[in-house]
Amino acid sequence: MIPKAFKRALWVFHVNSGSCNGCDIEIIAALTPRYDVERFGIRLVGSPRHADVIAFTGPVTSDMADKVKRIYEQTPDPKVILVVGSCGISGGVFHESYHLEGPIEKIIPGAKCFYVPGCPPRPEAIIQGVIKAWEFLEGVEKK
Amino acid sequence: MIGELLFKTVVASIGISIFAVIFGLIFKGIDRKLVARMQMRVGPPIRQPFLDVVKLMSKETIVPENAIKWMYNLAPIVCLASSIIILLYIPIGGFKPLLGGHGDIILVIYLFILPALAMVAGGFASGSPFATVGAQREMVTMMSYEFPLAVVIIAVAWKLSQIGGDVFSLQFISSHPIWAEIGLLGLIGTLVLLLALIIVTPGEVAKIPFDVAEAETEIAHGLLVEYSGRNLALFYIADAVRTFAMASLVVAIFFPYSLSGLININGINENITYVIDFLFFLLKVFLVMLFSITLVRAGMARLRITQVVSVYWITVTLLALFGLVLLMWDTQFNIRWW
Repeated sequence: MIPKAFKRALWVFHVNSGSCNGCDIEIIAALTPRYDVERFGIRLVGSPRHADVIAFTGPVTSDMADKVKRIYEQTPDPKVILVVGSCGISGGVFHESYHLEGPIEKIIPGAKCFYVPGCPPRPEAIIQGVIKAWEFLEGVEKK
Repeated sequence: MIGELLFKTVVASIGISIFAVIFGLIFKGIDRKLVARMQMRVGPPIRQPFLDVVKLMSKETIVPENAIKWMYNLAPIVCLASSIIILLYIPIGGFKPLLGGHGDIILVIYLFILPALAMVAGGFASGSPFATVGAQREMVTMMSYEFPLAVVIIAVAWKLSQIGGDVFSLQFISSHPIWAEIGLLGLIGTLVLLLALIIVTPGEVAKIPFDVAEAETEIAHGLLVEYSGRNLALFYIADAVRTFAMASLVVAIFFPYSLSGLININGINENITYVIDFLFFLLKVFLVMLFSITLVRAGMARLRITQVVSVYWITVTLLALFGLVLLMWDTQFNIRWW
């Protein structure tokens, strides 16, 4: 169909799934005048129903596990997951804690995930992650 | 004869719909770009709203399980349709309004309620607590700005009633600018009324600081929380069209001047006059949007719902009533220095 639209109009829903807030601050930093992701059409939205990308920060705690699943199901297709921070990949500083349900790909099998490592990652890295996500969504659109 | 008239009306309505959607979205893009520049950001390109709409159209449209399905799907269509219908009553540039006649300004005030009402219906129908809270807030906001808006329009119509004619028709109001009929007190009164209408505008079109019903950070987009895909795109377009229509209404009531009338061009092809007047109209709409929406949006934060109510019911209503009284005194004393 129209592959260009996704490339320039990506709406991101941000979920804190047990993060220490470091990555959340970096996501907000990407919206500030210095990095200004809105110039690529990227917007932070307040509802998963509006989103194309769900940005999860932090390892998934057992409290958040079913909520993460529900948020993913509430998002309309096509959608991708952006895992921001090392915690979502390996657990990071919370590695092998008793209350972790493990990384997101284990909770939502089959979901398309993009990883942005770092503790916390720099805003440039987050922007690059989103760009990777939009390249994928564009491919989905083409099919 | 009737068939031809019907055909013309239908063609013109389709034309105005396309015009409204395209220019509504362009103005939305300009608004976003300007806000970004005011915040020292680069900002999205001006065609960004078009990209957003195309993207939303290609997304999946979800209807929640506990929603009232027909109302949930109908609300965005009613919202967009009623936003476009408003523009059929408003004179655009050198063109006469397509529909209209006696009392159409009262009709326009009520038509402005319809998109908001459709959003309220959609909000209640989506069966989410966030949407319900948003719908309730939208109703409260609606009740708050309606009174000052009515006072402003009644004041203008009352002042114009002294020169006689069909004062409640938009065509009459826009062909007899109020600024020509007033003295010194009336000038101050009209400026006060204009200020009141400028404050009502962001409330009418749900923009910061009066966007409590769609507050994304507090109640997750409120009314729109469950909407996605095509339905959300329709609401997105409706919002742009409604903003354009509201700015056009301010232009039609307070700044109905046409450029060809002001500088009195003679001997130019009539079609070129239409083009010039049309471009001048777009410029006026842009200026109204700049002062009532863009500047306010860049400079303010969102108010609480209680503050919205008190701003409209107390401050803006008093402003509008004060303007009305000044216009009455103007007729009584008639002070003029010219």
